[in-house]
Amino acid sequence: MKIRLENVVKTFETFRAVKDVSLDIDSGELVALLGPSGSGKTTILRMVAGLEYSDGGTIHFGDQDATDIPVRDRGVGFVFQHYALFPHMTVADNIAFGMKVSKVKRDKAAIDARVTDLLRLVRLEGLGDRFPAQISGGQRQRVALARALAVDPKVLLLDEPFGALDANVRRDLRRWLREIHSELGITTLFVTHDQEEALDLADRVVILKDGQIVQQGTPEEVCRDPQSAFVMKFLGDANVIAAEVRDGRAYAGDVSVEAQGVADGRAELYARPSDLDWSHAGPGIAATISRVLDRADGRRVLATTVASETLEFDVEPERIVKAGEAGFVTLRRAKVFPV
Amino acid sequence: MSTLATRKKPPRVGDNPIFRRSLIGIVLVLVAFVIVAPLIIIGVEAFSKGWATYRDTIIHPDTLHAIMLTVLAALIAVPVNTAFGIAAAWAITKFDFWGKRFLLVLIEIPFSVSPIVAGVAYLFVYGLQGLFGPLLDAWDIKILFAIPGIVIASMFVTAPFVARELIPLMQAQGRDLEEAATSLGASGFRTFLSVTLPNVKWALLYGVILCNARVMGEFGAVSVVSGNIRGQTNTLPLHIELLYHDYQAAGAFASASILALLAVFTIIAKVLLERQGAGRVRKTANPAEKTS
Amino acid sequence: MRRRNVLPGLPLSLGVTLFYVGLIVVLPLAALVIKAASLGPADYWQIVSSPRAVASYRVTVLSALGATLFNLLFGLALAWVITRYRFPGRRIVDAMVDLPFALPTAVAGIALTALFANNGWFGSVLEGFGMKVAYTPLGIMVAMCFTSIPFVVRTVQPVLEDLDPALEEAAQSLGGSDWEIFRKVILPLLTPALLAGVSLSFARSLGEFGAIIFIAGNQPMSTEITSLLIFIRLEEYDYQAAAAIASVLLLTAFFMLGVTNWLQARALRYTVKG
Repeated sequence: MKIRLENVVKTFETFRAVKDVSLDIDSGELVALLGPSGSGKTTILRMVAGLEYSDGGTIHFGDQDATDIPVRDRGVGFVFQHYALFPHMTVADNIAFGMKVSKVKRDKAAIDARVTDLLRLVRLEGLGDRFPAQISGGQRQRVALARALAVDPKVLLLDEPFGALDANVRRDLRRWLREIHSELGITTLFVTHDQEEALDLADRVVILKDGQIVQQGTPEEVCRDPQSAFVMKFLGDANVIAAEVRDGRAYAGDVSVEAQGVADGRAELYARPSDLDWSHAGPGIAATISRVLDRADGRRVLATTVASETLEFDVEPERIVKAGEAGFVTLRRAKVFPV
Repeated sequence: MSTLATRKKPPRVGDNPIFRRSLIGIVLVLVAFVIVAPLIIIGVEAFSKGWATYRDTIIHPDTLHAIMLTVLAALIAVPVNTAFGIAAAWAITKFDFWGKRFLLVLIEIPFSVSPIVAGVAYLFVYGLQGLFGPLLDAWDIKILFAIPGIVIASMFVTAPFVARELIPLMQAQGRDLEEAATSLGASGFRTFLSVTLPNVKWALLYGVILCNARVMGEFGAVSVVSGNIRGQTNTLPLHIELLYHDYQAAGAFASASILALLAVFTIIAKVLLERQGAGRVRKTANPAEKTS
Repeated sequence: MRRRNVLPGLPLSLGVTLFYVGLIVVLPLAALVIKAASLGPADYWQIVSSPRAVASYRVTVLSALGATLFNLLFGLALAWVITRYRFPGRRIVDAMVDLPFALPTAVAGIALTALFANNGWFGSVLEGFGMKVAYTPLGIMVAMCFTSIPFVVRTVQPVLEDLDPALEEAAQSLGGSDWEIFRKVILPLLTPALLAGVSLSFARSLGEFGAIIFIAGNQPMSTEITSLLIFIRLEEYDYQAAAAIASVLLLTAFFMLGVTNWLQARALRYTVKG
């Protein structure tokens, strides 16, 4: 099912949560809505579900205008942030609920069979008789997903699906959700504030800020070509170096990088820690190492430049670096954004 | 000695044994004098003239009629107020609308208004001097000094009971479960019955029981609107007053013992329901989810 | 602008609520106010400031103050004992606190009268000390105490239960004595809840009727409470006077409702987290 949002607006009291958002999601696509809190991502998801009505714009499911269809009839599967499992029902009853209340009547045997299938799909065979309070957080998450899938939704919507879970469980569930998605091919939209989760899981990432889409594309596109300082910073650690742009090149110390399309004048260089390196000889940005942090997968170096900027970068574990050492930070690549 | 041997934690404020024992002692004596003694004296006085007198009072037609009328008032007022409480809680906790806080205050008003004032107020609506008095009289409908008046006055006094138990709990539970049920295709009625109700049933029952106790025991408002017609518009509390002022103390206490028994049952039910978690949310209103 | 609700049932539930509140609560109170207002300022003032009415306010307010003061101390001690100490029968005491709410006021009234009458269990003992309770303002106070005990206990108790032990431990580690810690740390934290409980208890005492009329003696100018005066005016078919005096009680109730709501909002300010 294709989803199409056109100029969607939502205002709460006086606060504009979503400003004129247009978005196309292809059939079978797995899309992440990524943004900091207050960026409007959950509001968009809830409007697609019909749990919130937009103040302007339209939402189409395929060729059908779904803007005014109530959530009951919209045919979406929604996984709530805190799962919203019915605490007084067993896992099996939770999963069966949607089928029991459906206008399409099913006999008990059919419902039981479907519940068994879904329990197998989410790998919870044998836990059907438990109550939500008796299973772990990761298991609840999977029950919530099974419950949403039970009604054969046209669209699957997940609100911070892994937000409440431990780091290890999150990673496992992420891979598993990806597998389920490949198996079922259902159009899926999920909300997260965790860039790693969005990049790991999604076919396409939609980045939001203050109720507007600032950039969208495949994980590769948004990572390799961030279009703004906000996206650059939001997707990962970034070093910021003051620079000067002249005739399409940005200069900082005695290094310069390509800066096509940036107006002359003051600008900032953005570079990932992996884009920097350390050298005893120039050219580079003169700096002194202030600290070395040893980590499992390498050494992170903090260096202070002559302009008192702190730069962070990683070096191989074998490399011998010491606090107090003077040298040059070299630049492999960087993005230039005007100030 | 024993306190030293069993003491595992350092003492908290007020754990000084002398202070602790004297305070417990004083409080227990006061509880016995102020709260327990009135309950006991009802039993003692009720049987002061022996079992036969007690039995005669209870099976006297006037007493039986008063009991019947009290039960009838409860049978009407409690379900109506329960329905109202559910409707009010649903509207207030599941939606946002203008004037919600004001509505909450309106619902709570009967708790702060003296029952006598409530009774007088009803007089000025349905009494001969009241707003609808002439109209009702012309159509020959009797509300005051008749059963409808008693029921309506009881409804006023107990209107907030169920709503007050449900609203804080449903507020704390949020709207997620209902939204989940609706997104799975459940109708509003179905959502309420199979998702909301099972999670508030103890609080609902708690409110119903408190409401019932108050309806059956209401005195001030009912005494204004009932007209005190013996054997016709006397509820049990009014019957007690009548007997008492007729110098039939034993009879009054015998009738009172029925209501005292109701009070004891109410308290037991309250304790049992509180073990199920009812009545506690208001105090620790913490929206953090309890089960997920 | 489209404004619709996701969950169903607002028109029905809000409609029922507004209709019921309008019919059962607002309509009668409005009728009472209209009736009282129809008197005209001069007549109204004459009725509500008549010596008998003023005497009834005095005895009602003074007795309520006395009862509330007693309940403040007793209620605090009771809440403290129930939450802080473990002793046999604690749960029963905890449950018994609700008896005054559960026991119909008329029943409480005749029971207290029987206890405090000259020949009663307490009355006969007190008479030996030259004290008369039944049929005096003291009796009114006793009845008010009984009916409003649970308010202070039930508002203070949850705050006391939720009190973080670390606060006391911190105070102890700083060298405070028990009394100092109680006065400077615990009591200030309890004060909002205490005040809220006290105002509930006071408001209830002002409006109490059933428990009092049996024990009060009901002598005009000395032991006649305001609620009773209204009742007497009704029995004399002086509806205007009843309406006027009832409106005074109603205004007082609204005032106390405002005070209580304000205090209760404050009562939670130390306990609500986040």
